[in-house]
Amino acid sequence: MRDHAALSEEFNKDEARVDWHDETLWFIRQKRDRAVHSIPEWEWLRETGSQIKNNVLSNLSAYLEQFEANALRNGVQVHWAADAKEHNEIVLSIMKRHQADRMVKSKSMLTEECHLNDFLAKNGIEVIDSDLGERIVQLAEEPPSHIVLPCIHKKKEEIGDLFHEHLGTAAGEADPQVLTEAARQHLRDTFLTRKVALTGVNFAVAETGEFVVCTNEGNADMGAHLSDVHIACMGIEKIIPERKHLSVFLRLLTRSATGQPITTYSSHFMKPREGQEMHIVLVDNGRSRQLGRADFRNSLKCIRCGSCMNTCPVYRRSGGHSYHTTIAGPIGAILAPNLDMKDHADLPFASTLCGSCSNVCPVKIDIHDQLYKWRQVLVKEGHVNSAKAAGMKAMAYTFANPSVFEVAGKSGRWFMKNFPALVSNKFNPWYKEREMPEPPKESFREWYSKNRKKA
Amino acid sequence: MTVGLFIPCYVDQFYPNAGIATLQLLEKLGVDVVYPKKQTCCGQPMANSGFSHLTGGCDELFTEIFADFEYVVVPSGSCALHIKDHLHSKKQPGESKALRAKVYELVEFLTDVLKVENLEANFPYKVGLHQSCHGLRGLHLSQMTELVAPPFSKPGKLLSMVSGLELVELDRQDECCGFGGTFCVAEEAVSAKMGKDRVADHIKHGAEYITGADLSCLMHMEGILRRQKSNVKVVHIAEILNGI
Repeated sequence: MRDHAALSEEFNKDEARVDWHDETLWFIRQKRDRAVHSIPEWEWLRETGSQIKNNVLSNLSAYLEQFEANALRNGVQVHWAADAKEHNEIVLSIMKRHQADRMVKSKSMLTEECHLNDFLAKNGIEVIDSDLGERIVQLAEEPPSHIVLPCIHKKKEEIGDLFHEHLGTAAGEADPQVLTEAARQHLRDTFLTRKVALTGVNFAVAETGEFVVCTNEGNADMGAHLSDVHIACMGIEKIIPERKHLSVFLRLLTRSATGQPITTYSSHFMKPREGQEMHIVLVDNGRSRQLGRADFRNSLKCIRCGSCMNTCPVYRRSGGHSYHTTIAGPIGAILAPNLDMKDHADLPFASTLCGSCSNVCPVKIDIHDQLYKWRQVLVKEGHVNSAKAAGMKAMAYTFANPSVFEVAGKSGRWFMKNFPALVSNKFNPWYKEREMPEPPKESFREWYSKNRKKA
Repeated sequence: MTVGLFIPCYVDQFYPNAGIATLQLLEKLGVDVVYPKKQTCCGQPMANSGFSHLTGGCDELFTEIFADFEYVVVPSGSCALHIKDHLHSKKQPGESKALRAKVYELVEFLTDVLKVENLEANFPYKVGLHQSCHGLRGLHLSQMTELVAPPFSKPGKLLSMVSGLELVELDRQDECCGFGGTFCVAEEAVSAKMGKDRVADHIKHGAEYITGADLSCLMHMEGILRRQKSNVKVVHIAEILNGI
């Protein structure tokens, strides 16, 4: 499997495309800035959201049980899934019970995480994603490259080609208005003919047993209201204690995500309408394990706004697919090693630790500090190559011994060989697009010895 | 006031002029400066690569050398932040803990401790200020664009005291340059692209010099500027403030 560096190198072969990708996402970061700077209490909101989530993480089991009891009282069927496999089987069993072989699904990163679409397809069930961006990547047979903007890596001309092939639009048609209308017509038919609709969950309220789904397209509502069976899937960290807390999170979510004050639709689902079945699947899939990692538990505060991706200078120039995991970007890089350290050992290193992610995070996750901490864990667990480890040991020895350093480092000779190219196996990657610094005639310490008496 | 001067390893080796400027500037401002010659490195290159368990030698050495000083001044935000966040000594735990709080990056030492209000320096050029991330988001040398909070800039304030100097506005005033320690070689493609983009922003706005408080970022951008055969130069903020 190619790592983030290799996949980014590939992405960077087309520099004009990198510029376009960077500018597209930077535009969203700027929209976010305008939206948050328009409300003076923004930092207070972030702090409050973060503290509410602290409470949730410290009392997660109690809130989950409270939520379950209230949901059951509302007539909703509640399922518990320990992992992705159980989650997928629960969904399949509901489909089978209703003899349904087709499903309409609105955006749910959890089902991406569980690879539900593949699983259902293997079991003869057709899934149509109704979020426009998700539908586009589904037609392209690609995973989403961004959790909020799944097809942000695609240009409108490429979407036009896909629609021409799959939806019969005119060849070369790339007008977003026309393409969107074609998708609407195509999806309308889907909404009207699917008995089962699956949605994600943005927030689940323990106090009432209701859950809230946020979309801009209304596609979750269309699917859920027209279906006989509504299945809502959620990670267990989506719980919030009380309904009033939505007044904090709904303000934080979309300002951070897209710079809108609120999503077009923030739909509350509480109980099935008469004749309808409603299911909630509560999924752990590694979340309890992450909760037990003191340094990383805060990552479970994430409300999936994607702002850390939009602001990340690395993400913008490497694309979501370079992270080779469901959730890309900085937040993905601290979540993924929890699921599989070996497969995702490269991700915490795919960062300059610039810290912009932590600053935009609406629930104040210390993302860049966790990236640093994951690096320590991954090295200790043996997930870095031995050449790098040997280089680090040699460097540590030199720095710990002043006499060795002084001899080794005279006029930059040791550095020219060892810094900053010291840990790479490739032939001096620094030099590919950068000149090496020119070693001066004398080091500072040599100058100091000549020009100052003391010390 | 006696200050211990820590000149980061790569500054010592490649950019002695920044070290000399730091020393001369502090002396001009009436500070008694001592440079202990046993010093090497803060340990950050290992720690940021995941090898913080190998930084014990650096930590012990740093503590041994600098524990007795009233202040330690470092002309690098990144190294200063590493020491402030991570320095720990097994032999002298109390001393190393106290030392963390005594370590200052040069700019913040000038504005917060010495409370410099004017400087005798002249630099008649258009200058772009690179806000290095560790100095910015770690040490809060300036306000961060992500936050809803009142603006300020400690390096900007100092540069405004230099006669003839014109600070240029940037499109992205605090975007990372892509150096990132070993990131610059491990993730060469993205690192170089980030550097090229950062440099282009400065050039677009007419900068003749790019300055900042961290030579690691400047070294990275200098490497790109020289490859592009650009006339734009990098210069450490100490050299401007010292009046080169």
